Amino acid sequence: MRHVPRIIFLAGAVALLGTFLAPIWRITLEAPQYPQGVTMYIWINKLGGDEPGTLQNINILNHYVGMKMIEPESIPELKYFPKIIIGMAVLGVVFGLINNKKLWITWGILLVILGALGIYDFYLWEYDYGHNLSDDAPIKVPGQAYQPPLFGSKMLLNFNAISYPHYGAAFIGIAMIFSFVSFYLKKKEEDK
Amino acid sequence: MRSNTFIFTLLIVASLLIYSGCGTGNGSGALSTANVAEKVYVAPGEQDQYYEFFSGGFSGQVTVHGLPSGRLLKIIPVFSLDAEKGYGFNEETKPLLMTTYGFIPWDDSHHPKLSQTSGVHDGKFLFINGNNTPRVARIDLSTFETTEIIQIPNSAGCHASPYPTENTEYLVAGTRFSVPIPQKDVPINSYKENFKGTFTFISGGQEPGTMDIAFQILAPGYDYDLAHSGKGVSHGWSFFTSYNVEEENTLKEKNSSQYDKDYIAAVNWKKAEEYIAQGKFQEWPSEYYHNYYDDHTHMATATKKKGVKVLIPSECPGLVYYLPTPKSPHGVDVSPTGEFIVGSGKLSADLTVHSFEKMLAAIEAEKFDEVVDGIPVINFDAVVAGTVSSGGLGPLHTEFDGRGHGYTSFFISSEVVKWSLETYEVVDRIPAYYSIGHLSIPGGGSMKPWEDGKYLIAMNKITKDRYLPTGPEMAHSAQLYDISGDKMELLLDFPTMGEPHYAQGIHASAIVDKQVKFFPLEENNHPHKALTEADTKVERKGNEVHIYATMIRSHFAPDNIEGIRVGDKVYWHVTNLEQDWDVPHGLAVMGAENAELLIMPGQTETLVWTPKEPGVYPFYCTDFCSALHQEMQGYVRVSAQNANTKMTWSLGDEVFGE
Repeated sequence: MRHVPRIIFLAGAVALLGTFLAPIWRITLEAPQYPQGVTMYIWINKLGGDEPGTLQNINILNHYVGMKMIEPESIPELKYFPKIIIGMAVLGVVFGLINNKKLWITWGILLVILGALGIYDFYLWEYDYGHNLSDDAPIKVPGQAYQPPLFGSKMLLNFNAISYPHYGAAFIGIAMIFSFVSFYLKKKEEDK
Repeated sequence: MRSNTFIFTLLIVASLLIYSGCGTGNGSGALSTANVAEKVYVAPGEQDQYYEFFSGGFSGQVTVHGLPSGRLLKIIPVFSLDAEKGYGFNEETKPLLMTTYGFIPWDDSHHPKLSQTSGVHDGKFLFINGNNTPRVARIDLSTFETTEIIQIPNSAGCHASPYPTENTEYLVAGTRFSVPIPQKDVPINSYKENFKGTFTFISGGQEPGTMDIAFQILAPGYDYDLAHSGKGVSHGWSFFTSYNVEEENTLKEKNSSQYDKDYIAAVNWKKAEEYIAQGKFQEWPSEYYHNYYDDHTHMATATKKKGVKVLIPSECPGLVYYLPTPKSPHGVDVSPTGEFIVGSGKLSADLTVHSFEKMLAAIEAEKFDEVVDGIPVINFDAVVAGTVSSGGLGPLHTEFDGRGHGYTSFFISSEVVKWSLETYEVVDRIPAYYSIGHLSIPGGGSMKPWEDGKYLIAMNKITKDRYLPTGPEMAHSAQLYDISGDKMELLLDFPTMGEPHYAQGIHASAIVDKQVKFFPLEENNHPHKALTEADTKVERKGNEVHIYATMIRSHFAPDNIEGIRVGDKVYWHVTNLEQDWDVPHGLAVMGAENAELLIMPGQTETLVWTPKEPGVYPFYCTDFCSALHQEMQGYVRVSAQNANTKMTWSLGDEVFGE
């Protein structure tokens, strides 16, 4: 029983690497002529779609309203977010080996802060794409912005945009929960 | 007085009978209409259960309908030009129509046959023959496009084709028109002396790009009408009907109908393989074309080939036998087990059912009546298993269900007759409107009819009053019957394109998952592709100008081109950069003497244009692609022959030049 909290903490730290296995967010555009919808997947290190051409298809749709091209190469987060994840995982393993509950809770809180910052950053990108529209766009609707929601769905002209976290995000959640649980268990054990 | 009353009564009774006959004459009783409608109703947004592939006959194409709705899904160009798709007009598909007679832009497409594995339709390919300039084509069922055409040398009237063997080892082709083989200049009335037929076996059916003439068998100069390859017990054999055993060359409608019996030729192709392996063939210097369209280069290449292996029956015992069959048989159809070979004597009332087992026994016992050009004629009684006395007239074709029945079309008596493969007795009959030619049961020509035979489609030769009149020419009419019960039931009429000479159906589940939705750009190996707008350019090579252009919603790149001169031959190499399903773009150029291009996502196609006068020519996208489709257009400036207008091309503000 003595090792259980530490194993839980280490498991959470390693689980963080799971974010490379699945997208962390998904945005689906629905319209009558897209019976299956068009879904863009946001990974920690790349953008993808339900088909190889999805990103191009979304950009084609977006260009009518003057939205900037979504180009993975021009999004620096896709390069440094993976480093942060790996860094946190390594840090977590080190903290796990040190076996100090204060370090664990610090790590957990740090992860929450980073997660919140990530979501805020994502919001800023969405805002930027949705509002900074080209002046010479073919389709201009006064007062209309095309920012998809963070959570939930929203009508953007003819498209219903649906945005939710995806499986990859669960690994971050697991890491957070495990750090708090391990902290709690270790504290309870030490308090005995 | 009494006799007058009697006659009067008789007249009333007769007129009542006639009246009631008329009432049911159009084939759908009012009471059953709702019930019948339910059976063919495919609700909006729902899909059909079956694909049915119809030949277009003199349209040269294949049309695809859905069943049970009868909805037209697609017209696939095969042997004829199709301006709609640019087929045969663009540089990529022109080679498909090359033959030793030159570029032949039309044919008479006859018998669509699905590829088979173990005697069952595998949903990979559809093959169809061109009767006029002998050819056989492959349609790839992942793209629904013609991808391969092979010409048949030493042939005329490629009618008894393609009828694949059990595993598509071979496609066959028999000659409906005997001619001097090899061709030579002889008097037509030297027919009996000089005219011959051939049975051709085409290999490579299973593997795209590899179709070839495996061997040909020289045969007496009869008219070889239709064919079917054996399966199950008769795997290894192919059967061909013949008429004009009289070997007449004029007024055939009378002169070729004199003999009581003509022949079904039974060809042992496994034996032929042995003779080929033993080198017992003649090598003839015959020339033919093999044309293949590659889905990665998006181009067809035409290859002229030379040399075929010819087997002579008199030098190859056991290769061919004749089965006497009454009255100029048309269809020869093989039952699902392969045991029964059904000949439809088109000038008789009866069907002749030969037994494969009896045939083998008769060959073993040498029960031959005579030998014609080295081909033994088996004694009729020794090979026949039974005769279906139909009560109808003019049997043409038979297909089968999975419950032991044959269904035969009767042209003259205009009906479908259902009969038992056990007793040879007629068990049901139903009228067809009018003069049915072919019939089709999905899977009914294979070893395993789908759902044991659910539907039967009649292809009728005469339409008359079935639809709203459309002048002298009307669409040929197809009819759908439910054959799942004891009694056949007419469900639906629907018009077809051209003149279907056969159709084959396949359950949708065997095809839908194989569909290509677009061509990945990274796999595009077209020599003149432009995979990004940065790759677009215009190049002059003497009098030739090559435009490497792209298209994506909703613009061409480039869309302004200057520096073309009168006398130039302009090649538009256009790549559709879209990577989404159902987003083709078209290209039309004012004054182009060919057709449009209709380019699928990821594909490159080429249109040749030779402007005749100086001026500015618009070009545009023909396929309504997007909200800004109307804006998808551009201009080409054409200068006089001696002008020195600089070659430039642009999209927006950035101008490029040589």
